[in-house]
Amino acid sequence: MKLKLISAAVAAMIAAAPAMAELTFTALSYRTGPYAANGIPFADGYQDYFTLLNERDGGIGGERVNLVECETGYNTEKGVECYESTKGTGALVYQPLSTGITYQLIPKATADGIPVHSMGYGRTSAKNGEVFRNIFNYPANYWDGASVAIKHLLDVNGGALDGKKIALVYHNSAYGKEPIRTLEELAKKHGFELMLLPVDHPGQEQKSQWLQIRRERPDHVLMWGWGVMNQVAIQEAVNIRYPMENFIGIWWSGSENDVLPAGDGANGYKALTFHNTGSNFPLFEDIQKYVVGAGKAAGAGDQIGTALYNRGLYAAMLAAEAAKTAQGIHNTGPLTPAQMRDGMENLEITEEKMAALGLPGFGPSFKVSCQNHGGDGLTAVVQWDAGAKQWNKITDFIAPDADVLNPLVEADAAAYAAESGITPGCN
Amino acid sequence: MPDQLIFAMEVTLNGLMAGVLYALVALGFVLIYKASGIFNYAQGVMALFAALTLVGIMEGQVPFSHLINAIFGTDLHHFNWSVPALGAILLTMAVMVFLAWAVNKIIFRHLVNQEPIILFMATIGLAYFMEGFGDMMWGSDIKKLDVGLPQGLNSMIDETTYGLLGYGFFIDNLDLVATVIAILLVSVLVMFSQYTKQGRAMRAVADDHQAALSVGVSLNFIWVMVWSLAGFVALVAGIMWGTKSGVQFSLSLIALKALPVLMLGGFTSIPGAIVGGLIIGVGEKLFEFLMGPIVGGATENWFAYVLALIFLVFRPQGLFGEKIIERV
Repeated sequence: MKLKLISAAVAAMIAAAPAMAELTFTALSYRTGPYAANGIPFADGYQDYFTLLNERDGGIGGERVNLVECETGYNTEKGVECYESTKGTGALVYQPLSTGITYQLIPKATADGIPVHSMGYGRTSAKNGEVFRNIFNYPANYWDGASVAIKHLLDVNGGALDGKKIALVYHNSAYGKEPIRTLEELAKKHGFELMLLPVDHPGQEQKSQWLQIRRERPDHVLMWGWGVMNQVAIQEAVNIRYPMENFIGIWWSGSENDVLPAGDGANGYKALTFHNTGSNFPLFEDIQKYVVGAGKAAGAGDQIGTALYNRGLYAAMLAAEAAKTAQGIHNTGPLTPAQMRDGMENLEITEEKMAALGLPGFGPSFKVSCQNHGGDGLTAVVQWDAGAKQWNKITDFIAPDADVLNPLVEADAAAYAAESGITPGCN
Repeated sequence: MPDQLIFAMEVTLNGLMAGVLYALVALGFVLIYKASGIFNYAQGVMALFAALTLVGIMEGQVPFSHLINAIFGTDLHHFNWSVPALGAILLTMAVMVFLAWAVNKIIFRHLVNQEPIILFMATIGLAYFMEGFGDMMWGSDIKKLDVGLPQGLNSMIDETTYGLLGYGFFIDNLDLVATVIAILLVSVLVMFSQYTKQGRAMRAVADDHQAALSVGVSLNFIWVMVWSLAGFVALVAGIMWGTKSGVQFSLSLIALKALPVLMLGGFTSIPGAIVGGLIIGVGEKLFEFLMGPIVGGATENWFAYVLALIFLVFRPQGLFGEKIIERV
């Protein structure tokens, strides 16, 4: 009898309790291993933003956020294991934070109906939403980065690159090779000579490449590097007295970690970015109040405002905005991955929305559609001030050369569609 | 003189310098292998751990601060002091000696007379433990290491070669310092092993553990001493590589650069590590210079191993390694 009473009481409590639905987001992070120094600030920013939403707003649209973190160590196999072990948690979207993991997840997540957001990495042609229906890479991809770098060089060279020599120092991997095709097309269009200098993983020894740069004296050097390769390249550039203002890195070669070891020598080094840096935005006051002040920060609080922390925060913000869009479309609080995909495909980021979020001027305005999963590719250039130890944004967000990029995206997406048996379309 | 020849000379000089840096890492492997027959997989991580400890001490960082803060809710990060480079190096050396003692006390003392593969597996475990332990102790952010070593273009060499050849050679001051340190280090190590009581005991242990024990040589003492020496070499390598790239966890991967050097120079010869390093350094740089543009570049990693394999075909024990003949 007593047992029956207890059972009835428990059942009544369960029935009376409000629905405890949560929006589950996953963080495939890497806080350990050789790339932990970069993985930690990104993961902290990602986590802190969702903590802020939970603490300040009670979640997203009344639903609390459940963040499931899985450690990949920046290892593709571990990343896939993370995906397999967490997809059953109701994960709404995956941000793999690795080009290698992204390539592995493209067919898996597509089959499982879970969207993937590879922000500033992964397969560039995933921009074509008619082929890559579950994959998104807004607001910018590597080809956008390559094009904007050349546009910036056009600006600083009076609009002409004829006869100039531009070197690309790149990580000798699928990631590092991504911009080559675009740069080759742009070299044809603008008449500059492209010099390719691969660096083998991990990139601790680059003397040969920088001796070649010293001999051949390219007018500008672009870099697609990662991890220790970045710090060594910047130090070698300092050693050979290469003018740092002529040296531009992709956004993964543009964190404080990359420039600080070279000290004052790194002053003037430039990098591309699709979001702003620093903590001089109203949202960061809320981060201090509701997250750091409440003792709920993901890390020690010393990474706030750094390039990679802000990138993690921006990634979380875009996921949250897509979730809000999905809730609006489907008129519901709890979401399924399919509904989240709809939210991502209809995401629109405007400056008004960014200002309302407390992030005015933080990132570019863009609109996602079925045809365009990559946004407009708007990218800015930042420059390192070694004295103040900070990045300064020196350009507006610049649009890439769509005339060159769109045919490349179409061709690569069409090839993927053919080899995967996909019929492109929006329905 | 043709430009290509001048450039090749510059590449060769830089290859020699790079080879010295590889040899600095290889030396640690040789010391331990020579004395105990253990291929120490953890040597790269020891270089990382030593460099992390050095920066931590110099900057007055509170060890395990993340852990302490998480448990006790404190906000500790740094003591209010910094330690001069020389003092920090001595303190780091003391930590490495303690580590050598602990490694032998906790791990290798219990593995005497075990198969070499067991000892090798133990060092793999040690490497992963130390990587995590170093992370927990000092954090995983990238740290700038500045012990006052000069870095960058050597102007004197640049101007002299420009006057002679019409093209100024690039030689990094840090590489020059590394060369001087490597010469000193090898000289001291060779003299130590040849002319001191402890050095002779070390060689006796290397030849035969049981025989050395039977004549009163303390195996424990010798192993702690050798691991301490390897720790010192790791510290030197950590300082050189850490100054180049900042102290970060990728530093442990420098061990990859030492393997072809060991294959070529032999696992048991201190001079072999230096000569092997020089051959690998020059070989890979010249191959990249001559063949890189033809085959698309990035040849250095694999060519170093090809070069080592070619030498192995003709001298399986390496250039200076001991030829082991085991009779049944």
